[in-house]
Amino acid sequence: MYERGARRWLVLALFLGPSLIGVVLFVAGPIVASLLLAFTSWDLLTPPTFVGVRNFERLSRDLEFWAALRHTVTFLAGYVPLVLVTGLAVAVALNGRVPARGAFRAVFFLPVVTSWVAVALVWKWLLNPQFGLVNAWLAQLGVQGPAWLFDPSWAMPSVILTSVWKDTGFVMVILLAGLQAIPREYYEASGIDGATRWQQLVHVTVPLLAPAIFFALTISLINSFQVFDQVYVMTGGGPAGATTVLVERIVKQAFSFSRMGYAAAMSWVLFVLIFVTTFAFSRLQRRWT
Amino acid sequence: MRRRWSLGPVLGTLAIVVGAFVMLVPFAWMLSTSLKPGSALLVLPPRFIPDEPTLEPYRAVVTTFPMLRVFFNSALVALATTAGQLVVASLSGYAFARFRFRGREALFYGYLATLMVPFAVTITPLFIIVRTFGWTNGYAGLIVPTMFTAFGTFLMRQFFQTIPRELEEAATLDGAGTLATFVRVIVPITGPAFATLGIFAFMASWNNFLWPLLIVSDRQFMTLPLALATLQGIYPGQTQWNLVMAGTVISVVPMIVVFLLAQRWVIEGMTTSGLKG
Repeated sequence: MYERGARRWLVLALFLGPSLIGVVLFVAGPIVASLLLAFTSWDLLTPPTFVGVRNFERLSRDLEFWAALRHTVTFLAGYVPLVLVTGLAVAVALNGRVPARGAFRAVFFLPVVTSWVAVALVWKWLLNPQFGLVNAWLAQLGVQGPAWLFDPSWAMPSVILTSVWKDTGFVMVILLAGLQAIPREYYEASGIDGATRWQQLVHVTVPLLAPAIFFALTISLINSFQVFDQVYVMTGGGPAGATTVLVERIVKQAFSFSRMGYAAAMSWVLFVLIFVTTFAFSRLQRRWT
Repeated sequence: MRRRWSLGPVLGTLAIVVGAFVMLVPFAWMLSTSLKPGSALLVLPPRFIPDEPTLEPYRAVVTTFPMLRVFFNSALVALATTAGQLVVASLSGYAFARFRFRGREALFYGYLATLMVPFAVTITPLFIIVRTFGWTNGYAGLIVPTMFTAFGTFLMRQFFQTIPRELEEAATLDGAGTLATFVRVIVPITGPAFATLGIFAFMASWNNFLWPLLIVSDRQFMTLPLALATLQGIYPGQTQWNLVMAGTVISVVPMIVVFLLAQRWVIEGMTTSGLKG
């Protein structure tokens, strides 16, 4: 930047202005507004009124909120470990000498670039209890498949498995990048010392891959707290409220019941949960790696 | 010892083949269903290859729902969002990388801080802002709010910081202003960063569901994911899966083509950002 005086400001405004105005208006402003909104009661029709921490008090007694929180944690507890294991397995396998490696990588990555709505719809159809492919194939094996999304105890596992299917390729690419950074000599040296492939995986690959694994873990955690699209399309929170999750509650409170302040309060609880969990895991990572 | 070494890769390859099969079956089932007449959906056991393949579901989905318009909407919104993000992010990224001004670091950290806040936090005020502008059920509401991301600015700044300053200094000696230097010297060598951010922005927009869901109810302004989600519920009685799958195929194919053409940039964008669109 070589301009001087007024021209200097003009150039700065030209470069930074559009982004600054947009970020303030559509990102930072809404964040601040949401924080204020969390302490108000607002139905969109009458002006908002300040209610202090009453929204948060009500949240603590809102059984639907607790159920949604419980389901979100259930989702997270099932999805995160599973997707990390499948992603790691595929990454390790596709880092080795496999024919048509590039094509396989692309295949595992296909679901990642596909929209959640498309994925949720096709799985909803695959899991159709009567006419779906999954139960038809199970029947051929002599197994009577469950009602999947229509069964309160199978609905969440179905959503979890679908999510693992979609995101395995995502974890795979993150871990593949990490794997490619591990020097080949480590494997050669441990191979000469008589280490088996399994021992190499446990003692060479996983420790050296720890930063990449933590990165994938953190991202998966952040994403799974915000699980929404698949739940909305596959179950709508049902059956009998068995799969309600936090973001789905926030959307419903705000846009079905017009409880803007209450929804905002709930969204800040979500933020705190994500923030605390991410922070805890980054602390854990510092101790481990 | 020798046996163990040779068995591993074989088992690995076998597992990968099985895994790839699991990945591909849903796509094949999507395509297969979209080529079946309604009566074939209720055949037990379901046939993987349709007995009498037909394009009727595609015709039906296009006539009972404004799918072509929806497709156009998705393309327009994704392209406009991408173009907007590239311009806004490269200009601001350049400012953060090269300009010296008061409060630059603080402002930049402010940008980064917004990345930690989940979208769910902003949806209520964002909705009210967009409604105040009269942008619901329209392109402006779908495009403008999604053009500004701290992530884009961050990505471009990182890229510009790797460019040696000598390049610009040479241009300035020739008397060119900052904007001219940026356009003539910097933009032409920013291809890789543009590709990474561009693909990423396009994919995020094409697949976005929550935001269109909140601000669009008019079918004429729906994008593909919202239209598909709507489609599954509009047929009386039961979901007509052949029509829904035909719509799904229409929505999925362009993204797969983009991915296959630009694999490298897609993967680069995701591994560096950890974002999935």
